[in-house]
Amino acid sequence: MSTRTPQGEVAFEVAATAEPEAQPALRRPRSRVASFEPWLIGVASVVVFLVAWQLVAMARVVPELFLPGPTDIVTALVAYVTSSEFAIDAATSGQELAIGYGLAIVVGLPLGLLMGWYRRLQYVLDPFISFFYSTPRIALLPLLIIWFGIGIWSKVAVIFLGAFFPIAINTFAGVRSLDATLLKAARSFGASDAQIFRTIALPGSVPFILTGLRLGVGHALIGVVVGELVAAQHGVGLAMSTAGSTFQTAKVFAALIIIAGAGVILQILLQRLERRFDAWRPR
Amino acid sequence: MDGQRTAVKLSARNVRVHYWRERSDEPLLALDGVTLDVHEGEFVSIVGPSGCGKTTFLNALDGLLPISSGSLVIDGRPVTGPGRDRAMVFQQPSLLPWRSVLGNVMYGMELERQLSRREMRERAREHIRLVGLEGFEDAYPLELSGGMQQRVNLARALATDPVMLLLDEPFAALDAQTREFMQLELLRIWRQTRKTAIFITHDIKEAIYLADRVVVFTARPGRVKEEIDVDLARPRELRIKRDPRFLAYEDRVWTLIEEEGTMARAAAR
Repeated sequence: MSTRTPQGEVAFEVAATAEPEAQPALRRPRSRVASFEPWLIGVASVVVFLVAWQLVAMARVVPELFLPGPTDIVTALVAYVTSSEFAIDAATSGQELAIGYGLAIVVGLPLGLLMGWYRRLQYVLDPFISFFYSTPRIALLPLLIIWFGIGIWSKVAVIFLGAFFPIAINTFAGVRSLDATLLKAARSFGASDAQIFRTIALPGSVPFILTGLRLGVGHALIGVVVGELVAAQHGVGLAMSTAGSTFQTAKVFAALIIIAGAGVILQILLQRLERRFDAWRPR
Repeated sequence: MDGQRTAVKLSARNVRVHYWRERSDEPLLALDGVTLDVHEGEFVSIVGPSGCGKTTFLNALDGLLPISSGSLVIDGRPVTGPGRDRAMVFQQPSLLPWRSVLGNVMYGMELERQLSRREMRERAREHIRLVGLEGFEDAYPLELSGGMQQRVNLARALATDPVMLLLDEPFAALDAQTREFMQLELLRIWRQTRKTAIFITHDIKEAIYLADRVVVFTARPGRVKEEIDVDLARPRELRIKRDPRFLAYEDRVWTLIEEEGTMARAAAR
């Protein structure tokens, strides 16, 4: 008797958790074709847009100088990507991005963790962080160029400053938002501070850290483009600015596509990372 | 309690606890001289009007809250902080959401650092079986119902092999039916492990159903108002709650708590 009922309860709960959709579906379940619907509509919308653009460009309502058509842009893109100039540009911009963003992670993440963990360190750094975070970091470029020259290092510096703050601040917020009930449980089992840091603070701040990394990518890309617009020797951003000032409009678009593509790829990689750490969140 | 009392596991003498509230210059007296003995293998429920300090008492027992005066001795050793001889089952499941059931049950043992990883895993599996969650080792807490989460909470505490199990309203957040089943389950598990248990609850039926002895606290500042031995044979089935003897116990406890409520209200006026 005393064992039958509880098992009954377990079975009941199993049934309840086995079906992820607890609420009865009000609509008919989607058919296989219908589940592609969002994707299909998205693609169709882009295709229609491109076709319309191409038609407008071919009709030459606006001169090519102002609005090249999609085919012109593809031609320019292929020409740019296959040129020897592109190899140097891509390597330069890629290097700036990798070093600047990498440094922002290497410095911002531990600093955010330490600031979250040691209140006094937060008090020390708070005024600087407030100052820099409310200054558009791009405004520091003239200064950075004086200090680091027009080579890659002024860009590395502006990218670093752009990505560092979102990463550090989000990590800090993650450590600060510890769940009090978890903390109490850990203390009750005699956890040391180091154990609490390792088993609660660190894993608990992962979602925040990932948000910081994603925001950081956006800021880093702004750093690459604007940094190179202002002063540079090589780089995709510089190529775009040069093309702009020489009225190679299609090439401007081509560079834009490359930069946007880099951003999309980085965001996708980060999303993958997020999903890996998020396995425990029910979908 | 069947016949002879066993050795004293917990001995509380005149325990007073103050604590500081935010935006207040005066400490609040939560417990004012609690004296209580709990014997080995005994199941004691503590009930009392809301805010009477039952949870404060349990936190002090667990070593999470210092006592201001008196003495609190477990197994001959005064309580100075959290220790391996006690384990708490919390009102909220307090599980690490990013760890599986297995990882969560191992967590308490992991923090206490007494066993190898292999031993911890083995003990964890054993206790997952004991609380009836076999097959859910790899599930994450958010995939479980409230009742199942509390089973994990219980398994985590039991797996550390404490001398004394402290339960802080563990079923308070569950729905009425799940709650009844969990009471039955707790008694089955307790019978198998024979831990000394102290159970805090608001629910008088629950207190009587589970316990060998029900301790009624006064309104704040809390003291022991009365102790009532529950002389109902074990194992107890849920239907014992409709037994006239059970109802007589319930009536007695209710009367005591009502008295406290009336006095507290009169004092507040």
